[in-house]
Amino acid sequence: MSVRISDLLKRGAAAACLAVATATAVCAQIPARVVSINLCTDQLAMLLAAPGQLVSVSRIALDPRVSAMAEQAEDYQINAGRAEEVHVMRPDVVLAGMYSSRETVALLRRLGIEVVQFDIVKSLDDVPRHLAEMGTALGREARAAQMISEFESGLAALRSDLEAVQQDRPRAALYYANGYTSGDQSLAGEILAAAGLRNAPAEAGYEWGILPLEMLAMINPDMTITARRYPGGSRAEEIMDHPVIEGLRGQVGRTALTDQDWVCGTPFVLRAISDMAAARRALGADG
Amino acid sequence: MRLMLCLAAGVVVLFVVSLLTGPAEIGARDSLRALVAGGDDPVAMVMREIRLPRALLALMIGGSLGLAGAAMQGYLRNPLADPGLIGVSGSAALGAVLSIQTGVAGAVAFALPASALAGALIGVFAVLALAGPRGSALTLILAGIAISALAGALTSLVLNLSPNPFAANEIVFWMMGSLADRSMVHVGIALPFIAIGAVMLARLARGLDALTLGEDAAAAMGIDLKRLRLGLIVGTAAVVGASTAVAGAIGFVGLVVPHILRPFVGARPGALLWASTLGGAIMLLAADIAVRLILPERDLKLGVLTALVGAPLFLHLIYSTRRDGL
Repeated sequence: MSVRISDLLKRGAAAACLAVATATAVCAQIPARVVSINLCTDQLAMLLAAPGQLVSVSRIALDPRVSAMAEQAEDYQINAGRAEEVHVMRPDVVLAGMYSSRETVALLRRLGIEVVQFDIVKSLDDVPRHLAEMGTALGREARAAQMISEFESGLAALRSDLEAVQQDRPRAALYYANGYTSGDQSLAGEILAAAGLRNAPAEAGYEWGILPLEMLAMINPDMTITARRYPGGSRAEEIMDHPVIEGLRGQVGRTALTDQDWVCGTPFVLRAISDMAAARRALGADG
Repeated sequence: MRLMLCLAAGVVVLFVVSLLTGPAEIGARDSLRALVAGGDDPVAMVMREIRLPRALLALMIGGSLGLAGAAMQGYLRNPLADPGLIGVSGSAALGAVLSIQTGVAGAVAFALPASALAGALIGVFAVLALAGPRGSALTLILAGIAISALAGALTSLVLNLSPNPFAANEIVFWMMGSLADRSMVHVGIALPFIAIGAVMLARLARGLDALTLGEDAAAAMGIDLKRLRLGLIVGTAAVVGASTAVAGAIGFVGLVVPHILRPFVGARPGALLWASTLGGAIMLLAADIAVRLILPERDLKLGVLTALVGAPLFLHLIYSTRRDGL
């Protein structure tokens, strides 16, 4: 029982730290050993942690298809997100996603390790918020504040480029494996908007979920943005090579998703926005 | 003759209904006009690149499975023989999955149906070898279960070992089959194999009719039993292999259709071949229309519907063969 109570107190303290981002003095103890078990917290932590503070990142952080920091990740110990191996690393704080394995998170907490969970990023506004939360969790608020102001000025610069192209914005469609698309209320949707592209399926009433291939053909977007392929082949990805999409792309030139910049709410989304803006300009030049 | 006209009319009607079924709400006249006229507009693209290949594949694959089922049942003189049930489709799926995951299918388009055919051939040989030429219904089904289970397990293993994160989720496609979002490319790679296999099976008609009198009588009538057997094995492997390569394993079509049509052709296995071809096309076209109407945006698998129809009939057939003391 005593263990549990101390555990609760500790968690309460951590929550207080998170709530008062500026009150660094209150959170006297800065974690010396941090382990991350989620692709997105991996990258935020690599961006913000003090040298030597971050001990380990997840295996997916090594995959250049989804990780924007695959090279940097090689400097860390790699974990597969299992409670046992994380415990052995004796971390002060574990960083996890909101949807990391519930059992793993619960087990780590039972073992007395503080786990900070980060929600999924649904908009560009979530990016500075997550940077701030990560800064607090790592006790690196100053670095986080600096990165937030860089991000916000970068975003403002991209958005000011956009004001000239308010009319006549091309209609784009996001089309992933299995025929999934993303609506406006998503990070991908906001990246499109910030790059000066309209989200054609969202305008036709499709939010996140399956967009039937027939409907994509009927929507007939100016630009179809698909995802980068994995090796080994799958039927799920084959849909992105369907003659209908080839036909749509044939008119305007192909644009592939640079996945690693789109996956997580990190400052790398600025790169995704400027890539898409470049694709939009190329489209305008062709037309 | 009347039966043939009825079945052919059914195929034509369902083919047109299949062309008119889909989430894009296009009027019947507009869509058929776009189908014929072609062009670059979205309606023509939907009709020619999405709905036409889907309807053609349902026709080809349904016909193939009906034909293969009728031929196997005629040759084995066993109403329980179905390419899905005895593991031929499962082995074909394994061949297809291997060619996709090794990258061979990506390099050479025809490698996909060819390796599915190779898988199907191994499956047919294994089942017939295990069951023996005059094996009882029970041995055949047991051999089929063993081959199906092994092929299914190996397919799952290959997909789980794949570096592709989507592959493991596709186990259900390879086990149950679907025609969603196929293209003319799939029609093109499956058609030659299905055409050749169908011709081989159609030529078995006289031999299968003779075989109803027993093997000795058939041999006395000048039927070359070895050639008959070879034609059956290769023909079945070709049509089932190509079908499975593009649509996954769809079970029970080859069981249900010959069973329903047998009384109408006077129980002659030769006549049952063409009747089952048309009947199989009807069953798969209907099933593929149904999956689009029941869950329009979810890709309900075809094998789910065919099994819901076929499994009760299968149980009934097992019960009646037991009653007959076979």
